[in-house]
Amino acid sequence: MKVTSKYSAYKVFAVQILLIAIAIIFVCVGVCRGEVETVFTKAIRLCLECVGIG
Amino acid sequence: MDNSKHTKKIRERLKNLFTSRNTIQAFATFLTNVHLPNFLKGALYNGKVKQVCVPGLNCYSCPAATGACPIGSFQAVVGSSKFNFSYYITGILIFFGIMFGRFICGFFCPFGWLQDLLHKIPTKKFSTKKLKFMCCIKYGILVIAVIALPILITNDAGISIPYFCKYICPQGILEGGIPLSLASGSIRAALGALFRWKFLILAGMIVLSVLFYRPFCKWLCLLGAFYSLFNRFSLLNYKVDKDKCIACGKCSRVCKMDVDISKNTAHTECIRCGDCIKVCPTKAIFIHWGSTNPVKTKENKTSNQIGDMKNESI
Repeated sequence: MKVTSKYSAYKVFAVQILLIAIAIIFVCVGVCRGEVETVFTKAIRLCLECVGIG
Repeated sequence: MDNSKHTKKIRERLKNLFTSRNTIQAFATFLTNVHLPNFLKGALYNGKVKQVCVPGLNCYSCPAATGACPIGSFQAVVGSSKFNFSYYITGILIFFGIMFGRFICGFFCPFGWLQDLLHKIPTKKFSTKKLKFMCCIKYGILVIAVIALPILITNDAGISIPYFCKYICPQGILEGGIPLSLASGSIRAALGALFRWKFLILAGMIVLSVLFYRPFCKWLCLLGAFYSLFNRFSLLNYKVDKDKCIACGKCSRVCKMDVDISKNTAHTECIRCGDCIKVCPTKAIFIHWGSTNPVKTKENKTSNQIGDMKNESI
């Protein structure tokens, strides 16, 4: 089976591993910085901009 | 033999999955908006699940919303006085992106599903092939509204406005503004020029969705712009078997996102809807999940080459 791919399997595999690692690190850094609270506070209150009040 | 039978079975199962895409979209929309009784109460769900954002475009000011909106959350963090960047939301979005790419747009996004449903209304349909240049707009909005403006324009306290949510996003009006104003007189009384502007955008998107396929996803959606960057590397992707492909062009003609999958399987506009898989006469296009381990691939290639050499010598 001949499958077309622009990038080599090595490159794709390396980028996938790298991005998964970055995603996990970013989430951990965000949690440690207290970003979750900011997200939660915004999410449970009525977003005036979203609903078109101002 | 066993292997080919197993592959056939998997392909049939995947075919069934794609025929029921509408069902999956409905289920995903329900999961992202579980708290339906809140529509009658006119109140928002405020449980701990709202600490996590959902993969698709779904306003957190929707009374039924299960989680937080990824775009809204990112802007809320970046626009706050405490932070200039959201590692938390970016990390979650990268994770979703690397797992699924724009498959999320095709299967999990509630606003994408709404556009799909509107496009099923039987009227004259128009192609967007000549409007491909407009796909760049969403990248411009991503850079300007989400990155540049929150950094450049802030008030004295260092807080900036969520520009995309405030001036562009029609989902906030559809899921939040309209149902909440119907349920609450005080909200209804507070509506003004901004509501009218956003309502106009929503109405425009509804009309355009009937005539064109997914105009918001193609031209304006920031989430689509972000996930499109991952289509090349996502674990869920499409492959084309060049030995089976007869270059009939059916896949290209059927694609409503104006993608020729036989030329580029990682096209940024491909939402992995599966229409090309269904229409392919030789079953050359297939869905692939997971990472291809290059070391194993190389080992297989080497063993095949050794086998070929042995056969030749015999």
